[in-house]
Amino acid sequence: MKSRKVKLMQGNEACVEGAIAAGMRFYGGYPITPSTEIAEISAVKLPAVGGKFIQMEDEIGGIAAAIGGSLAGLKSMTATSGPGFSLKQENLGYAAIAEIPLVVVNVQRGGPSTGLPTAPAQGDVMQAKWGTHGDHPIIALSPSSVRETFDVTVRAFNLAEKYRTPVVILTDEVVGHMREKIEIPDPSEIEIIDRKKPEVDPENYLPYEVKDGELVPPMAAFGDGYRFHVTGLTHDETGFPSNSSEIAEALLNRLMNKINANLDDILDYEEFMCDDAEIVVFSYGSTARSAKSAVKKLREEGIKVGLFRPITIWPFPEEKVYELSKKVKSIIVAEMNLGQLVLEVERVSKGNCKVSHLGKANGEVITPNEIVSRVKEVL
Amino acid sequence: MSKAIEKKANLQIKRDLCKGCKICVQFCPKDVLTMEGGKVKIKDIEKCIECGLCELRCPDYAIFLGGSEDEE
Amino acid sequence: MASKLIKDYFRTDKLPHIWCPGCGHGILMRSVAQAIDNLGLDKDKVCIVSGIGCSSRAPGYMDFNTLHTTHGRALAFATGVKLARPELEVIVVTGDGDCAAIGGNHLIHAARRNINITTVVFNNNIYGMTGGQYSPTTPTNEFGTTAPYGNIDKPFDIPALAGAAGATYTARGTAYHAKQLTKLVEKGIKNKGFSLIEGISICPTYYGRKNKKGSAVDMMNWLKDNAVDIKVAEKLPKEKLEGKFLIGEFKNTTEPEYTEEYMKIIERFQKER
Repeated sequence: MKSRKVKLMQGNEACVEGAIAAGMRFYGGYPITPSTEIAEISAVKLPAVGGKFIQMEDEIGGIAAAIGGSLAGLKSMTATSGPGFSLKQENLGYAAIAEIPLVVVNVQRGGPSTGLPTAPAQGDVMQAKWGTHGDHPIIALSPSSVRETFDVTVRAFNLAEKYRTPVVILTDEVVGHMREKIEIPDPSEIEIIDRKKPEVDPENYLPYEVKDGELVPPMAAFGDGYRFHVTGLTHDETGFPSNSSEIAEALLNRLMNKINANLDDILDYEEFMCDDAEIVVFSYGSTARSAKSAVKKLREEGIKVGLFRPITIWPFPEEKVYELSKKVKSIIVAEMNLGQLVLEVERVSKGNCKVSHLGKANGEVITPNEIVSRVKEVL
Repeated sequence: MSKAIEKKANLQIKRDLCKGCKICVQFCPKDVLTMEGGKVKIKDIEKCIECGLCELRCPDYAIFLGGSEDEE
Repeated sequence: MASKLIKDYFRTDKLPHIWCPGCGHGILMRSVAQAIDNLGLDKDKVCIVSGIGCSSRAPGYMDFNTLHTTHGRALAFATGVKLARPELEVIVVTGDGDCAAIGGNHLIHAARRNINITTVVFNNNIYGMTGGQYSPTTPTNEFGTTAPYGNIDKPFDIPALAGAAGATYTARGTAYHAKQLTKLVEKGIKNKGFSLIEGISICPTYYGRKNKKGSAVDMMNWLKDNAVDIKVAEKLPKEKLEGKFLIGEFKNTTEPEYTEEYMKIIERFQKER
C-alpha cells in the first residue's frame, strides 16, 4: 500500500526530504542564511537513516567533504547561499573534471558580497554556469514551489549519479522559506538512479574509460578494492595526469558531450498557455509564481500571453526557446537580477522576436502586477 | 672469514631512476659507492655490509638491496 | 625491477617521479609506504589524500585509493572520505604551504575534531612547485623569490600548531632520519585520532639555492647536525639547543575520536528501531 505523507513544510525542508528520498547519505556544509535549514534538517535526519552529517569549518570544506563522501560511495550534498556559493566554486570545478556525483544547493539571496542575506534574488544564475574557471559541464535546476523542490532535489541526485557531474539546485529565499502543504510521494513512486559501478575486475578497471557509444564511465568507490587515482589535473582514462593536448581535448569534449548529447533527458520546463500566445513571459524559480499569476490575470482580459518556465536552467533550453521566439512577438524575461538569463534568451532567439527584461535586484520580489503592466506595455 | 664476505652483497642499482643527488654515495658508511656519468655506481661491493642506508635515503628508489623476495 | 617495498606499494610504471634531483620528498614518501608495510595494512583499505604542491604529487605514485585534490583542501576531502567510510585508513600527504597557509583552517579543525586521519607534512620550507616563494615555514630572514630582502614572517611550528588545536598525536622527523620517521608515521597511523607527523624535507633546487644551503648532501648533513631528538634535548642545557630543532614524538594522548562518536549517534537510532 502506498503511503503518502501530507505535511506543511518549507522549501528547504522539502529539499532535505527529497535528498534523503533520493538516497543522500552524506551532507557536508556550513551555516549560511537563507540555506541553513537544509543543514539543520540534514543534521537531524541523516543519522536516523544511517547517513552522515558534518558541519565543516568553512564553505570550501563543506563541498570538499561532500566530494570525499561521494568518492567513498555515498550520495552527497552541500547547501549554501551566495557568498558560500562563491567560495565553493573551485571545488565545483573539481567535481566537474573528476566527475564526482554531487548536489550543490544555492538558496539565492541578494548580492553582491554579503548583500541582502534575508532577501531573495536570482543573481547567481550565470555564476552557476561560469563561476568556476575553465570550460566545464554543469547542470542547474530551479524549483518554483515547495513540492517542486522535493522533486527537483530527487532529480538533481539522479542526474548527478547518472552523469557523474555536480548538479546545482538554484532555488531562492522565497522558495526556500515559503511553507506549503505538500504530499510526499511514497518511496515506490520515486524513481531513483544510482551511479553505475564497474563490471570489470580491479585489474582491468580504468576509472575514466567509457565503453563504445557511452559517455559516462562507471564509478568504483574508495574501499571497494579498485585502488584508483583521482585528480583535478587533466587526466586520461587511467585517471593519471597528462599534458597531452589530444587527451585534454578528448576529456573536455567527453565532459561537455555527456551533457549536450543528453538534453532530452536533462531539460525540463513548463509551458503554461503558450500555444496561442503572442507574448511569453520567461521566468523561473519564485518569480515564475508571479508570472503565472500575471498570465492568468491577463488571460482573463483576453490577452494572449503565456509563461515559459525553465526548470533546467543549465544546460539552457536553447532549442525550445528558439522555437518559441519564432512563434511569438515578444518574450519578457522576468528575473530577480539586472539581466542574466535574458542574455541567453536574446542569444538563442536570434532576433526572431522582441526580447525585453523585467529585472529587480533590490531584495523585493517581482510582483504579478509589475508583470501585467510590462505585458501591457509591449502589447 | 665471516659469511657476509663470502657471499657478495646483493646491492642493485637502477640507473634510469637515479637522478645523481649523491646522497647514497655520501652516507654509505663503507664507501661502497661512487658516481659515474652523473649517476651512482658500485665501486667496491666487497665492502658492502647490507646496512640499507643507501636504499633508505635514496629519494628516487634507484638503489636497493636485492635479495630474493622470499628472503623477507 | 625495484625493491620489494617499491614493487608492493608503488605504481612503478609512474616512476621516476617528478621531484627534482636531491629532493627529500621521495625519502619521506618511502617512509610512509614502509610504515604502511610494517603495520600490514590492506592496500584496498588505505586512502591517501593530498592537496596541491610538490608534496601532493605523492599519491599518484602510491598504489592505494588515491585522491589528489585542490590546494589546501586535502584534509577537508579526507574528512569526507573518513566520515563516509570509517573503515578506511586515511592518510593525508601535504606540504608546508598546502597545510599551514591555504589549508591552515582545515588543519586546525581536523585536529580539533580529532578525526582519525594521519597527516604527513612534507615540509621543504618553500613553495617549490611555483618556483621558490617563501612559505609559512620559511625561517625569518631567509630568502624566497617573494622575499628578496629576507623573510619578515615568523615560521609556523606545525606539530605545535596541530597539537594546540587538538591533535592527539604529533611528531617530527626528517628525510635524514628516515627510519625514525617511519616509526613516527606508524605510531601516527596507529593512533585513534588526528595525528600529524612533520617530515622535514630538503629542497636543494629552490630553498637550498636561494639560501646558499649547498647540495642535497649538504642539506642532509644539516638535518643530521641540527636535529635533536626531544628525549636527548630534555637532558641538554639550553645553550646547546640554540639554532637546533627538535625531532621525535611531541604529543601522544587519547581523546574521543570523531567518527566513532558519530557512529554512536547512528547506533542510537538503530537501537530505537
